[in-house]
Amino acid sequence: MEAKKVIRVLLAKPGLDGHDRGAKVIARALSDAGMEVIYTGLRQTPEMIVAAAEQEDVDVLMMSILSGAHNAIFPRVLEGLKNKGLDDILVLGGGIIPEEDIPPLKAIGIREIFGPGTETGEIIAYVKANLSA
Amino acid sequence: MCVDDKLENLAAALRKWEEEARKQLVKDPGAKSAAETLSGMPVKELYTPLDMSGDYAESLGFPGSYPFTRGVQQIMYRSRLWTMRQYAGFGSAEDTNRRFRYLLEQGQTGLSLAFDLPTQIGYDSDDPMALGEVGKVGVAIDSIGDMKALFEQIPLDQVSTSMTINSPAAVLTAMYVVLAEQGGISLDKLRGTIQNDPLKEYIARGTYIFPVDHSLRLTSDILGYCARSLPQFNGISISGYHMREAGCTAAQELAFTMANAITYVETAGKAGLSVDDIGPRLSFFFSSHQDFFEEAAKFRAARRIWAHLMKERFQAKNPRSWMLRYHVQTAGCSLTAQQPLLNILRTGYEALSAVLGGCQSLHTNSYDEALALPTEPAAQIALRTQQIIAHETGVTDTVDPLAGSYYVENLTDRIEAGVQDYIRKIDALGGMVKAIAAGYVQKEISNSAYAYQKSLEEDRRVTVGLNKYRIEEPPPTGLLRIGENIEEVQAAKLKKLRAERSSGAVSAALDKVKQVAASEANLMPAIIDAVRVEATVGEICTVLREVFGEYSGANYY
Repeated sequence: MEAKKVIRVLLAKPGLDGHDRGAKVIARALSDAGMEVIYTGLRQTPEMIVAAAEQEDVDVLMMSILSGAHNAIFPRVLEGLKNKGLDDILVLGGGIIPEEDIPPLKAIGIREIFGPGTETGEIIAYVKANLSA
Repeated sequence: MCVDDKLENLAAALRKWEEEARKQLVKDPGAKSAAETLSGMPVKELYTPLDMSGDYAESLGFPGSYPFTRGVQQIMYRSRLWTMRQYAGFGSAEDTNRRFRYLLEQGQTGLSLAFDLPTQIGYDSDDPMALGEVGKVGVAIDSIGDMKALFEQIPLDQVSTSMTINSPAAVLTAMYVVLAEQGGISLDKLRGTIQNDPLKEYIARGTYIFPVDHSLRLTSDILGYCARSLPQFNGISISGYHMREAGCTAAQELAFTMANAITYVETAGKAGLSVDDIGPRLSFFFSSHQDFFEEAAKFRAARRIWAHLMKERFQAKNPRSWMLRYHVQTAGCSLTAQQPLLNILRTGYEALSAVLGGCQSLHTNSYDEALALPTEPAAQIALRTQQIIAHETGVTDTVDPLAGSYYVENLTDRIEAGVQDYIRKIDALGGMVKAIAAGYVQKEISNSAYAYQKSLEEDRRVTVGLNKYRIEEPPPTGLLRIGENIEEVQAAKLKKLRAERSSGAVSAALDKVKQVAASEANLMPAIIDAVRVEATVGEICTVLREVFGEYSGANYY
């Protein structure tokens, strides 16, 4: 029987936002669920995130942003991933992202957004269910 | 019958009562056999005189007297209410000025400035690092011109202003000073606070710029400058709020704040400032969270701990150095995006425990806090929450009304013991700077945050509307939205500024800042001079970055 491949996740804090409680809790939960988690820490530029995604050969990229800069930053990350041929990475978002901003973000490739009140179990289940896609 | 006999009898009667009570637990299927405060301290079904220790004079004292457990002023709110000081700021200086004037008209009694992230991290609005961030979480301030627009029609000698700014605190302090000068206001009339607390940035808040030792130098320079030139200004607001928001417990919130305070007093001491030079103008900032009695007890414990610390550890002689004065914000992290109107109630209860705890200043969150920055109506309700407590509940008519409650005094004692434990641990690690470098503080906080999340997900704790009493809701409407054009507006202002000011004077001033930064002299005069000739926040911080470098600590969690 083939050994199950460990899911590798890059968890990033783009831009200047310093609120990382959620990101850290999710990092712990994913790790407890058997995933390999690389947390970038704060102040990540789009270029830094793309470089890390490539270097760490991740399956999933999760970006957490609470400062309202998501519309400026997320598209740059997705473009960077595309340019590097990394658009098979499952890209997810979280933080404070107004409802009306979600459809356009999904349209450019953020597969799902997990806002305040999301349970860690929901994120873990989503990743497991959506990775093979 | 002597006191000990009375207590013996009480203890015996209590044991009998407990036996009967235990039977109740077995009978009622839904009964709660164990309970804990939000911070995990065990809570018994009943507290009695047996749970109180210490004597009135020693442990409590009178308000206004050491150890200040009951309050730092004698008659507290009978003399003067706490300052109603709502944190506000977004968009441009003009936008924020309008909100400030609205809040003052609605009855708030102090200003509290929220700056955007580029300003807080020392970047001008046109810096590439400011992409998407300008004006989003606070007001964009690049130059003295922005500061002037921010305070349009607001006389600096008639308001007190608290500024939530840390790494570039020296620059914003300088701007406030220069603005006062330009308005012909003497500096001894300026009242307010500058947060100026870099250690908690590394721990939990994230708007650090420079390495730790250089940040401490700046903090010390500001404390020294304020001690000499701004007698009515608090040169620091040593903060626990943000660490609490990051998920730590009540005891951790106090302990880590006190430990940071110890580092600041020691640092200032090395710079030649005695504990009594700065003591009277050190101020603090705490959260007020959901566990009603735990929070009220926490504030009382904080006063007693600080009084002992200053008098015994630091040998402060001025009684004003022993007095813990603090601002409170109700806990943002307790609020939900789901059924947001419920947040009005949460904020109300949290504000009430802050008042019962005896705070000097209070910010109440708006109900849309989990979704966006507050709209005007939401900000109004938040302010009214304080006004109703002040004028309708009667709790302000007597000082420290919870004193003598068996439960509250017991909690106060237990929180204090927990705090002293942590302070001992941090001392053993060599102080906060070493504890932060080793990740000890950050890990304690994220352990608490993770434990709390688990307790919610495993239904051991309830958040109404979230893991119980959920409803289907349409997406929220009418939220505050910051325009994306603020970046352009600020960029245009900066272009104009750079064209019109004396570039020679700015260059010279920035060179001077660089020179002084590399020396041990106080940076404030050079920064004030630079601000006067219209050097920007970004330009001054760029120079400081060149000299100090940037922080590069590891991400502990």
